[in-house]
Amino acid sequence: MDSSETQSPTVTQREQWMVESQVFQMYELLSSVPRNAQSVLLELQRDKHIEFLTNGLRQLGPSFCVLDANRPWLCYWILHSIALLGDSVDDELENNTIDFLSRCQDPNGGYGGGPGQMPHLATTYAAINALITLGGHRSLSSINRGKVYTFLRRMKDPSGAFRMHDAGEMDVRACYTAISVASVLTILDDELVKGVGNFILSCQTYEGGISGEPGSEAHGGYTFCGLATMVLIGEVNRLDLTSLIDWVVFRQGVEGGFQGRTNKLVDGCYSFWQGGVFALIQKLHSIIEEQLRLLDAGGSAIDSPQLASISCHSGKRGLHDTSGSAKFSNIGFNFLKEPAEMEPLFHSIALQQYIILCSQLQEGGFRDKPGKHRDYYHTCYCLSGLSVAQYSYSKDADSPPLPRAVFGPYSNLLEPIHPLYNVILDLYHEAHEFFSTS
Amino acid sequence: MEWKEEGEERPLSQRPEWSDVTPVPQDDGPNPVVPIAYKDDFTETMDYFRAVYFADERSLRSLHVTAEAIHMNAGNYTVWHFRRLILGALNADLHEELNFIKKVANGNPKNYQIWHHRRWVAEKLGSDATSKELDFTKKILSLDAKNYHAWSHRQWVLQELGGWEDELDYCKQLLEDDIFNNSAWNQRYFVITKSPFLGGLEAMRESEVNYTVGAIIAKPENESPWRYLRGLYKDDAQSWVNDPQVSSVCLTVLSAKRNTVFALSTLLDLLCHGFQPSQDFINAVDALKTPDLDQSDSNLATAVCSVLGHMDPMRVNYWAWRKNKLPAQTA
Ligand SMILES: [Zn+2]
Repeated sequence: MDSSETQSPTVTQREQWMVESQVFQMYELLSSVPRNAQSVLLELQRDKHIEFLTNGLRQLGPSFCVLDANRPWLCYWILHSIALLGDSVDDELENNTIDFLSRCQDPNGGYGGGPGQMPHLATTYAAINALITLGGHRSLSSINRGKVYTFLRRMKDPSGAFRMHDAGEMDVRACYTAISVASVLTILDDELVKGVGNFILSCQTYEGGISGEPGSEAHGGYTFCGLATMVLIGEVNRLDLTSLIDWVVFRQGVEGGFQGRTNKLVDGCYSFWQGGVFALIQKLHSIIEEQLRLLDAGGSAIDSPQLASISCHSGKRGLHDTSGSAKFSNIGFNFLKEPAEMEPLFHSIALQQYIILCSQLQEGGFRDKPGKHRDYYHTCYCLSGLSVAQYSYSKDADSPPLPRAVFGPYSNLLEPIHPLYNVILDLYHEAHEFFSTS
Repeated sequence: MEWKEEGEERPLSQRPEWSDVTPVPQDDGPNPVVPIAYKDDFTETMDYFRAVYFADERSLRSLHVTAEAIHMNAGNYTVWHFRRLILGALNADLHEELNFIKKVANGNPKNYQIWHHRRWVAEKLGSDATSKELDFTKKILSLDAKNYHAWSHRQWVLQELGGWEDELDYCKQLLEDDIFNNSAWNQRYFVITKSPFLGGLEAMRESEVNYTVGAIIAKPENESPWRYLRGLYKDDAQSWVNDPQVSSVCLTVLSAKRNTVFALSTLLDLLCHGFQPSQDFINAVDALKTPDLDQSDSNLATAVCSVLGHMDPMRVNYWAWRKNKLPAQTA
C-alpha cells in the first residue's frame, strides 16, 4: 500500500472532499427525483430572483451596515442582475437610483461608497456601470466625465499603477476599475495608460495567472482584471497568454464551477471572474496564434518587439491607426467585432450546471456554494458567469446560442454582456454612442 | 487608546465632550435606493463622525469616534483615511495603533482597509515593526493559511522592512502541515527569487527541484508542486527541457499509472518545447490508452492529448485545442 495513503488528510483535502460530497449530493438529487420535479430544479427561477433583487433596491436590513461604504456596488449588483434577466426597474426606482448616485458623486470627481464619502475607484466603477445599466439621457448625462477624468489622474501613482482612493492601496483591481471607467466613458488617453501595462505584467506569476500585487498568488479576480486591462490599453500581447490559459483551464474543478486559486474551493462568483477570462481569450485568437508561432520557432512567446508589431496589426486590425484618446476609446468597441474563432476552452455546460443546481436558491438569489447564504454580489457574478457560459459557443454577439449550448430549458437564456466591462451588450452600445458623440 | 474607553458606553449625544458638536445626518435624499435600516447607535456614530470629518477636526475625540465607526463597519475607507490624518496630526503612539488594528482584524481578517492601514502604520514604524508584523501575519495565517491579504502584507514587510532569515523555514513548516497549500508554495517562490540571502532562482534551483520532485512523488494529484517545478525554470525553457529530473519525475508518475494528469500535461509542454522522448515515455503513454481511444495517433504529443481528453473530461475542449495547435516539430 502506498505510504501516503496512510497519512491523515490535510486541511485542503478535508475541505475539498466535504464540498465535493455536498455538490455531488445536489447532482444525485437531480437524477433521483421525478421528471417534473427535475425540470423545476433545472429552471432559472426568474420571478424569485427579480423579487429578491428588487426588494434589496427598496430596503436593506441592519446587517447591511457592513456594506455601508459599498452602496453603489449594491446598486450595480442588483441592477445588472435584473438586466441580465431581461428585466428593468420602473421609472420611479430608476429616477431614485440616478438621484441617489448623484449624491455619491464627489464635487471633485468620482463616486464614493455613499453620500459624503471620499471618491473611490471601485465605487466609481460600480456607479458608472449602474448608470449605464439604467441607460437613457438623464442617467448617462448625470456622470461628470470631465471630473471623473480629473479624479482618475489624481489616483494615478507615478509608477503608472492606480490607487483606490487618495493615499489608498495600489493594485490590479484599481488599475482595472480606472481603465474600464475611462474606456467606457471614452476619456482614456496616453496619460492614464502610461505604465499600467508594466505594472500588470509584473503581476503575472510563475503559475500563469495574475496576482493583486507583484509577488502575490495568481487569483481569478485579479486575472480577469489584469487581462481586461491589458486588452483595453492595447497591450495584451505582452502577457504570456499560453501560460495564462493553462492556469485558468485548471481552475475548473470536478464540481463544474471555478475555484479562484490553485487548490482552493469552488465558488460561484468565479463563474464570472474565470469564465470572463475565457470570454476574452476566445476573442484574442490571433494574438495567441502569434505567441504559439513564436514558441514554435524556438523563441520566447513574449516581450519580442517583432511580435508587438505583428499582433498590433494582425491581432487588432485598425485599433492603432489613430492618435490621442480616440485610439483607446474604440478598443472596447472594436473588440466586439473580433469573431470568437475558438471554441470555449472551458466546460460550459458543467459550469452552467453548477450555477443552476448549486449556486441558485429556489427562493431567489445565488450563493458561493451549497451551505452558504445568498447575497447580491454572488447573484450578480453567478448570473454574469451564466450569461458568458450560455453565449460561449456563439461566434458573434448577434447570433443567439443553440439550444444545446444552454443548460436547462431554453427559457434560462440571459442577456449577453460586454465581457470587458460586464455591462449588458445593448446598454454598452447605447452608452458608447452617447459618450462618443457628446 | 482603547476604541471604547471605560465609562463611554453612553450615547455620544449624552457625553459632555460632544455637547458643542452638531451631528450631521447622511444626505440620502428623499427617496434613496439600497437604503440600510441602520441601528440607532450606527446612525448616531456616523452623524458625529461626519461632523468632525467635514470640519476636518483632527482631535482626540475625533480619533475616538473613528474607532467606534470602524468597530461598526470596518469597510468604511473614509473613516480609516481620516483616522490616519488624525494620527498624524496628534503624533499618536503607533504601537498602540497596531493593537487597535489587531482587535479589529480579529473579526474581519479579509478586509482591504485594515491591511492598508496596517501597512501605513508599519511603514511609519520602520524596522521597529518587523518582528511584530511577521508575528501578526503568522497568527492570522495560523487561522487561515491562505488569507490573501495576510500574505500580501507579509511580502511587503519582508521587502520593505526585512526579516527574511527564517522565511524559507516558515514555508517548509506550512507545507509540512498542508502540502496542498498553494499560498505557501507561492511564498516559497517569492522567497527563493527575492531573498537577499539565498542567491536567487538559479542558485536555488537544484535544491528546490529536489524538494519539489519529492512533493510530486508523494502526491502526484497535487497541482501546486507541478506549477512550482515549471516556475523554477521561468524564462529558461531550455534548462527545463534538458533537466533529466523534470522528465524523469513525469516518467515515474506515468509508470505508476495513477493521478497522471499533471504528468501528462507536463510531458506535453516538454514535447512542445522540443523534448526528445525515449521509448520509455512512448510505452508509458501507450499503457494509459484505453481500447476505445484512437490508436492511430501518429506521435507522442498527439497521443498525450488524446489520453488527456479522455481522462480529464472537464478540459476536453482544451486538450482538443492543444492537439490542434501542436507545433510542427512534434509531428
Ligand atoms: Zn465568491
